[in-house]
Amino acid sequence: MTAAPNKTIVEFRGATFSLPTAATPIIDALNLTVSSGEILILLGESGCGKTTTLKLINRLLAPTSGQVMVEGKLTTDWDAIELRRHIGYVIQEGGLFPHFTIERNVGLVPELLGWANDRRIARVRELLQMVGLEPDKFIDRYPRELSGGQRQRVGVARALAADPPLLLLDEPFGALDPLTRASVQKEFAELTRRMDKTTVLVTHDVREALLLGDRIALMDAGKIVLLETPAGFQRSDNPKARAYVETLLMEQAVDKE
Amino acid sequence: MQAFIVMSWTFLQHNWPELLLLTKQHIGLVSASILVAVLIGVPTGILLTRYRALHNPVLGIANIMQTIPSLALFGLLIPLPFIGGIGWRTALVALVLYSLLPIIRNTVTGILGVDTNVREAAVAMGMTGGQILRQVELPLAMGVIITGVRIATVIAVGVTTIAAAVGAGGLGVYIFRGLRQYDNNLLLSGAIASALLALIADFLLGLLEQRFSLEKKNRGLSLKQKSLLAGILLIVALGVFASLRTQRSATSATDAGQVTIASKDFTESILLAEIISQLLEARGVTVQRRFELGGNLPHEALLSGEADLYPEYTGTAFTAILHHDPITDPRAVYDQTKKEYEDKLNLELSPPLGFENTFAILVRGNDARRLRLTTISDAVPQAPQWRAGLGQDFMSRADGYPGFSKAYGLKFAEVREMDLSLTYIALASNKVDLIAGNSTEGRIAKLDLVQLQDDRHYFPPYEAVYIVRRDSLSRSQILREVIKMVGNRITTDEMRELNYEVDGDKKDVKEVVRHWIISRKL
Repeated sequence: MTAAPNKTIVEFRGATFSLPTAATPIIDALNLTVSSGEILILLGESGCGKTTTLKLINRLLAPTSGQVMVEGKLTTDWDAIELRRHIGYVIQEGGLFPHFTIERNVGLVPELLGWANDRRIARVRELLQMVGLEPDKFIDRYPRELSGGQRQRVGVARALAADPPLLLLDEPFGALDPLTRASVQKEFAELTRRMDKTTVLVTHDVREALLLGDRIALMDAGKIVLLETPAGFQRSDNPKARAYVETLLMEQAVDKE
Repeated sequence: MQAFIVMSWTFLQHNWPELLLLTKQHIGLVSASILVAVLIGVPTGILLTRYRALHNPVLGIANIMQTIPSLALFGLLIPLPFIGGIGWRTALVALVLYSLLPIIRNTVTGILGVDTNVREAAVAMGMTGGQILRQVELPLAMGVIITGVRIATVIAVGVTTIAAAVGAGGLGVYIFRGLRQYDNNLLLSGAIASALLALIADFLLGLLEQRFSLEKKNRGLSLKQKSLLAGILLIVALGVFASLRTQRSATSATDAGQVTIASKDFTESILLAEIISQLLEARGVTVQRRFELGGNLPHEALLSGEADLYPEYTGTAFTAILHHDPITDPRAVYDQTKKEYEDKLNLELSPPLGFENTFAILVRGNDARRLRLTTISDAVPQAPQWRAGLGQDFMSRADGYPGFSKAYGLKFAEVREMDLSLTYIALASNKVDLIAGNSTEGRIAKLDLVQLQDDRHYFPPYEAVYIVRRDSLSRSQILREVIKMVGNRITTDEMRELNYEVDGDKKDVKEVVRHWIISRKL
């Protein structure tokens, strides 16, 4: 870790998000800070509000009350376009553009930022190499010509293209088969440590959370019920956390047999 | 069958240049209207995806446009200023209105059909609204949008045949003319050519659609795809160019030294219009022919200044345009019509041309001679044993069958309502015994039919005249002279002969008129 410690990159101050049609808020007065260089995991079951939390950061959504700040500035004060180009975003299956080649997909944000062609292509090749895809082989392909795991790597490469200081990942490895998932997770862990990005990652896979996270925020019904390091999480007597850890132990028992 | 093929072949040989011209006009109208419809429809569709509240009202209106029968839509547009009138412009507006619905709807469907994950990724990448539209939504929706254009084009090829009724040209000219003259060669060549156009357009746009559908998409456009695209663009460009050219030559009707002659859409009206046209041309006047206009269009064209002259019948002007009840005195009808046309419409009636085209009560020559029939009253005692064959028009109009049968106290054994043109053959072949035909029908003499005199003067007079704009008359000395020249020069027998040469002998109208002018030393 080389970044200046403890510089706050993302901060939620009593942020609430609710839909006009629903009685209970999706995010309920959330307080959270993410520091520079940290990997924060948002862990929870479907519908607990973890994806919504993520979308509040790059202003795909704006809080109905309270505040969300990125680099000390309210997301609503940011120019939305500038804010988003400043943040890498990876979703399940990569959310790649089916009509773009891998080169255009990965080089999209540099292209939007007006990089020169040579510099952009060099960057695309560098990134493909970094996520373990042979540039010459993949650069001219279309997303549908790739396997799920390859698409996911391209999604990560695309998010990293303009070297954003902040990365948001929404169940990035959810659609992969277990073997591919394990290897991609490992590569990703190495990659993020090496690159020193501030990262918020959403998952419902406790193994992934423990493997990748510096801290784990366990969410339930729009609130953070536990915020711990992986070691602290495994020791916690929070019933939800214990349920997660127990399923993990059961899986390991099966693995051993 | 073989005879038919040979006949069709000679027909095609003779009519090839005209068929080609009509096809070009057809392609021009379709291309221009689809081009305009895309330029309006795609942005409208995009707008609807951004403002959902507009979605239902706008698509509702476009939907209603499509449910209006095409002929009615053309009719509704004619009286409108700027976009209305007769000819190319009206047809273009109507075709665009027809083409909008599939294009708008498919644009909306295509854009809304873009995977939400992909759209969200585009937003999250920091693409602006315009970038998302141009780089993500439109390319991904393109296949569906082209499907809409394809549907619209095929519809437009069909609807364009109706455009002939408002004088916009195209293959419909042959279809309408073929229907009128019972000429299958005309009918089929018009119909087959337009069907072929529809198939070709469908095929080409189908290829284009395939290229844009995602599954087949590969590395950029291949040479073959590029040439396909270029080919389609070339056809569209040529079509638009051709129609612009015809349109340019069709405008400026009221220039000095140029006269625009209109006609209704039946042979006699076309002949009378051609007569005046050739007489003018022989005297150095440039004539613009706007023939074969449906319904009241020639009258509308005169009122709007798009034409200077057309042939009409006093009875029609008196009842259908001035809305008077029919009266029987020819002098009174002519005088009153002339006066009201001058006062109310600023139009002039020429002197009568010399013949009437009224309902003619016809019987077989044999019967007339055997039973010594000369008047309708003579036939009344025979009627209870007779079958009458009457056209739909005669059965329904104010001066038709109900009043007629009452005026003479006629009771037939049977009354058959049939197509007017078929009644002559039905009478000649003993299928019926009395018909109500047109007095100038060419086949009357050929089939040895005899017209019974209207001794009770039931039928209103339908004297042939020319209707002329008064400002055209004051502008052109030659026009005044020519109109005077033909006054009282055409007899009923002559008109029958002329009609027969065109409808019966299938001779060319221009040839027929040329010979007549020479024979009458005009």
